[in-house]
Amino acid sequence: MSTLEIKDLHVSVDTPEGAKAILKGVDLTIASGQTHAIMGPNGSGKSTLAYSLAGHPKYLVTDGSVTLDGADVLAMTVDERARAGLFLAMQYPVEVPGVTMANFLRTAKTAIDGQAPPLRAWVKEVGQAMDRLRFDREFQERSINEGFSGGEKKRHEILQMELLKPAIAILDETDSGLDVDALRIVSEGVNRVKEATGLGVMLITHYTRILRYIHPDFVHVFVDGRVAERGGPELAERLEAEGYDRFVNA
Amino acid sequence: MTTFHQHGDGPAASRALRLASFDPAAFDRPSGREEEWRFTPVTQLGSLFEPSDLVPDAAVTVEQAGGATCALVPKDHPSVGTTPAPGDRVAAAAWQAAEQAFLVTFDGAGQAGPAGEVGEADRTGVTWLTARGGAAGQEAAPSAGLIVIEAKPGARGTVVIDHVGQAYRAGTMEIVLGEGADLTVVTLHQWAPDAVHVTSHRARLAKDAHLKHVTISTGGALVRVTPHVALEGPGANLELLGLNLTDTGQHHEAQLFVDHAAPNCTSRATYKGALLGEGAHSVWIGDVLIRGAAHGTDTYELNRNLVLAKGAHADSVPNLEIETGNIRGAGHASATGRFDDEQLFYLQARGIPEVEARSLVVHAFFNDLIGRIGRPEIEARLTGLVDQKLAAVMARLGLSLGPGGGAA
Repeated sequence: MSTLEIKDLHVSVDTPEGAKAILKGVDLTIASGQTHAIMGPNGSGKSTLAYSLAGHPKYLVTDGSVTLDGADVLAMTVDERARAGLFLAMQYPVEVPGVTMANFLRTAKTAIDGQAPPLRAWVKEVGQAMDRLRFDREFQERSINEGFSGGEKKRHEILQMELLKPAIAILDETDSGLDVDALRIVSEGVNRVKEATGLGVMLITHYTRILRYIHPDFVHVFVDGRVAERGGPELAERLEAEGYDRFVNA
Repeated sequence: MTTFHQHGDGPAASRALRLASFDPAAFDRPSGREEEWRFTPVTQLGSLFEPSDLVPDAAVTVEQAGGATCALVPKDHPSVGTTPAPGDRVAAAAWQAAEQAFLVTFDGAGQAGPAGEVGEADRTGVTWLTARGGAAGQEAAPSAGLIVIEAKPGARGTVVIDHVGQAYRAGTMEIVLGEGADLTVVTLHQWAPDAVHVTSHRARLAKDAHLKHVTISTGGALVRVTPHVALEGPGANLELLGLNLTDTGQHHEAQLFVDHAAPNCTSRATYKGALLGEGAHSVWIGDVLIRGAAHGTDTYELNRNLVLAKGAHADSVPNLEIETGNIRGAGHASATGRFDDEQLFYLQARGIPEVEARSLVVHAFFNDLIGRIGRPEIEARLTGLVDQKLAAVMARLGLSLGPGGGAA
């Protein structure tokens, strides 16, 4: 049982015109087994929240706290956060030519677990996870994300999540750019991991489409760097009907 | 139609008009201001400009003959001296000073027909040669080497020439491919720390020939390789690959000239370097000329440099000259930078400690290139060589990564 607790989080980025505040006091608590949808218009700071939690050096935390089971996440390096149990499925997964997916997955698993996985069991586990995500196993010999389609990159993120078994996963617009079939495969993957490991999920999305496949327990409407409204799944249905206008123009 | 596309601040003169001659006296003694010498520390090259100062030394050790026939032959042998003329004074001096050539011939025998007294496996295996200088730490006399590699029409072959020890050498390598020949030439420059080696590689490709030319520079104080490849037959295909690991006290230079003289030829040049220590200097100049007759040309050249230390410098100058509009493609890219922060972030975000992530990225940078050689036994040896040189440097860099880096 894990809890990610975000309190009064303020984050800014450097711009040519000086530091610009993006997050302006975010409060959010996610526990194992829960799914929180973070919805909001473009530019509201949703991705900044995701990258800040993962520790991307571009984002500067100016106030607030983030803890995972009481441990200070903001004091951790990027890799320490991952080893503590946080996972960020990125909106734009990075290509790393020359590092094979197989080498990458094994290296990451070894780092997360603190010891190398038993080889035969690992090969089998990776292969089966790839099969479930409709991934050709031959992708393992390809460089990380190089030449992958948009859908393959997203499935690769979910594959990593399934294999690394984090406590809390942040899915940053995992649904963007996916066709209906890919969206279903990815969503099934997320639900499967939730079922198997009790994963807590922060699901960042612009659209309600993915919520038909991954059912949120809580919906947070994100506007101008903070949560403007909270509710249950019914809030997503309202957004579907009304859009974000009433928040943006409020 | 002529489009001239040059980067950098050098004089804009067509590569087609550049002086080429077998006579060293045709070239003025370089001052360092000349286009072909402007990045090279010419003061270290004194004797290499003077053929009379150079001792001919064509000796090469055959470690494994593979599919080749190897022999020392006189310079007037009909297989010698058939490639384009030298393009600079050191190359001309090396040519004039040489008395014999080490001739490596792939004639295609035993490759398709019945195995003779030499087994099939040997005939298709890699040819490993070593050009050995003197003992490290001792002063080396100025010398001139001449190696000729020929692949007869239809022949296939792979040759690796390893350069080790101490040397002060001007070299020539001639590479001749007959119609439909398929040849891979790998030169490894592992020289002792004080070695100086300036070598001119000159190649000509007949119709439908395929040359893969690989230059790996890890050793020496100054290594300068100038591959000049004339694509003379229609449909010829050239791959140029280069890799340098350049540390403090080292100058590694590659100046290539790809001369598209015939229709429907393809060339790809990919050079990657890492600058590992303060004061390290690498130079890459990529001249590609597409002559008027070379319609249907497809060419692309790329240079990437990874700067891992402060005070290191990479010069990178692609030049593309196009004399016909009727081509399939022509492009180039050049980039020099430090680590890709997004790649590091991605790997670290999966729990991989910073030092390990950096090591993965650096190795990946080169694995990508080594993997294109296509001969596992060569790739394994190169990977070992790169790993060995990087290990020391990564340890050095690891110490300076600062707090938090690599905490497990």
